[in-house]
Amino acid sequence: MGQITLQGVQKSFGPVHIIKGADLDIADGSFVVFVGPSGCGKTTLLRLIAGLEDVSGGKILIDGRNVVDTPPAKRGLSMVFQSYALYPHMSVRGNIGFGLKMAGLPKDEINRKVEAAASTLNLTPYLDRKPRELSGGQRQRVAIGRAIVREPKAFLFDEPLSNLDAALRVQMRIEVTRLQKQLGTTAIYVTHDQVEAMTMADKIVVLNSGKIEQYGSPLELYERPANLFVAGFIGSPKMNFVTGEHAKQQGAATIGVRPEHLKIERDGGGGWQGTIAVAEHLGSDTFLYVDAGPLGMLTARYIGELSLHAGDRVSLLPDSARIHRFDESGNALRR
Amino acid sequence: MARMATTRRVVVSTAAAWLFGFLIFFPILWMVLASFKTELEAFAIPPSFLFFHWTTENYATVQERSDYFHHAMNSIIIAGGSTLIALLIAIPAAWSMAFSPTRRTKDILLWMLSTKMMPPVGVLVPIYLIYKSFGLLDSCIGLVLILCLGNLPIVIWMLFTYFKEIPRDILEAARMDGATIGRELVYVLTPMAIPGLASTLLLNLILAWNEAFWTLNLSTSNAAPLTTFIASYSSPEGLFWAKLSAASTLAIAPILVLGWFSQKQLVRGLTFGAVK
Repeated sequence: MGQITLQGVQKSFGPVHIIKGADLDIADGSFVVFVGPSGCGKTTLLRLIAGLEDVSGGKILIDGRNVVDTPPAKRGLSMVFQSYALYPHMSVRGNIGFGLKMAGLPKDEINRKVEAAASTLNLTPYLDRKPRELSGGQRQRVAIGRAIVREPKAFLFDEPLSNLDAALRVQMRIEVTRLQKQLGTTAIYVTHDQVEAMTMADKIVVLNSGKIEQYGSPLELYERPANLFVAGFIGSPKMNFVTGEHAKQQGAATIGVRPEHLKIERDGGGGWQGTIAVAEHLGSDTFLYVDAGPLGMLTARYIGELSLHAGDRVSLLPDSARIHRFDESGNALRR
Repeated sequence: MARMATTRRVVVSTAAAWLFGFLIFFPILWMVLASFKTELEAFAIPPSFLFFHWTTENYATVQERSDYFHHAMNSIIIAGGSTLIALLIAIPAAWSMAFSPTRRTKDILLWMLSTKMMPPVGVLVPIYLIYKSFGLLDSCIGLVLILCLGNLPIVIWMLFTYFKEIPRDILEAARMDGATIGRELVYVLTPMAIPGLASTLLLNLILAWNEAFWTLNLSTSNAAPLTTFIASYSSPEGLFWAKLSAASTLAIAPILVLGWFSQKQLVRGLTFGAVK
């Protein structure tokens, strides 16, 4: 079991409020991603759950028990650090088995469990090596092995893939997701990479300056962002925002249209007129950055190749069913 | 072509390194050679490098005239004792400053270092008078105390920088893995700190072994270490180069051997690979 509930969790360092009252319900076995720009408090929130920082207020319940006064080791969670944080003087075997040794398990049981974890992670040939003799991806796997071997109630991942190169990151992303599904253990994963968030999560928590902006499934966030911040943060390229006359016609202070929901037509069609400033041709997609005069810069995405170039006049027609409307304070207006 | 150029560069830089090493080593070599010469040959001009009458009589005379082992024992007690006490005080001090620093930590470190900037002779008279009234003159305890206090700032600074390099993440990982403070110390921190501790210990031992100002001024015979032993050969009756060299060779021999065998400890790099 690994159900985690936060009730009004607060954290301040001196006069600075890092977490301003977080409420969250994380179901057993789910994969939850904390995402947000740097400095939004996502890592702090994770460390509060881990017990590496003390809360300034509120409750953290793990399986219904308040753990705010419980030391990290007794919370039954395990953590994978951004820097891997392997013990440099211990072999891979020693690293993975350290938690079990601290728990006082008999030697042969430790060995059995370490070897099982190592074979899950393809680390068997490296068991007697030291961390410095491993590549970045292997070190990361050792750190994950150390987390899974203890059969915790939940895994906490603190930006674990950010030190890997792009190709390895995609591969490890898939491996981590598969491993979590296979083990069925609750996981909380911190990242600033929204692609990681969208692809890995059952549910995403979007954080901004210490506040939870929205909590929902990836597609919920994409289709029904609660406010301007979430709308701008989720989705790549970023959602286009238009204010003024066009927004007023829709009965909103701001309207948002995603680049993939703008129909691109050569000059002369209806919609928003503009001149292409930059055209990016990726083969699979074409991204157009259009200078639309009073509307500002707009981004449009076309699936496939579109032979338009910088300087060409285009008109962009928003898909009326997929226009997001926001009020003055930035909150979404529902139809 | 490119490969030839690099080969040449390697050869040149290796030769330069050897030359530089030899230049630094030369005075010591010259001292050792002089200790095997007769007094006349020791300051003959032009000096002979290898072709002289090799003799060990200087060593015999030195041991006969002033008891080497008495002085060596004092040196071991003073250098070893002051180093151990300094470490005992410095480890917790550096530990707390490295792992739970406050706003004033930097100031405290600088203040400690500033005490090393005062010339020792400036406080010689007050220290001498204090030692006199406490009966610490010419006693090993007195010398252990003064050398320990003198080197404490350096020991704390060195340990502080070593401890600071231990990544906090690793300590937190150990806490998540269920290690209590005691076990964290035994299984994680100490093994990672050993190279730093060893090099600090060694350096401080060498500093204390070679310290001459306080040992010469605060001891005469009972507690006199090897520095006093050497100094006794530069006497008003004239310099005895060969005997002085023999005494000096005997004095540096133990620390040289110690340094030779602990070279490996001085080379760190154990933490490499733990944290990207």
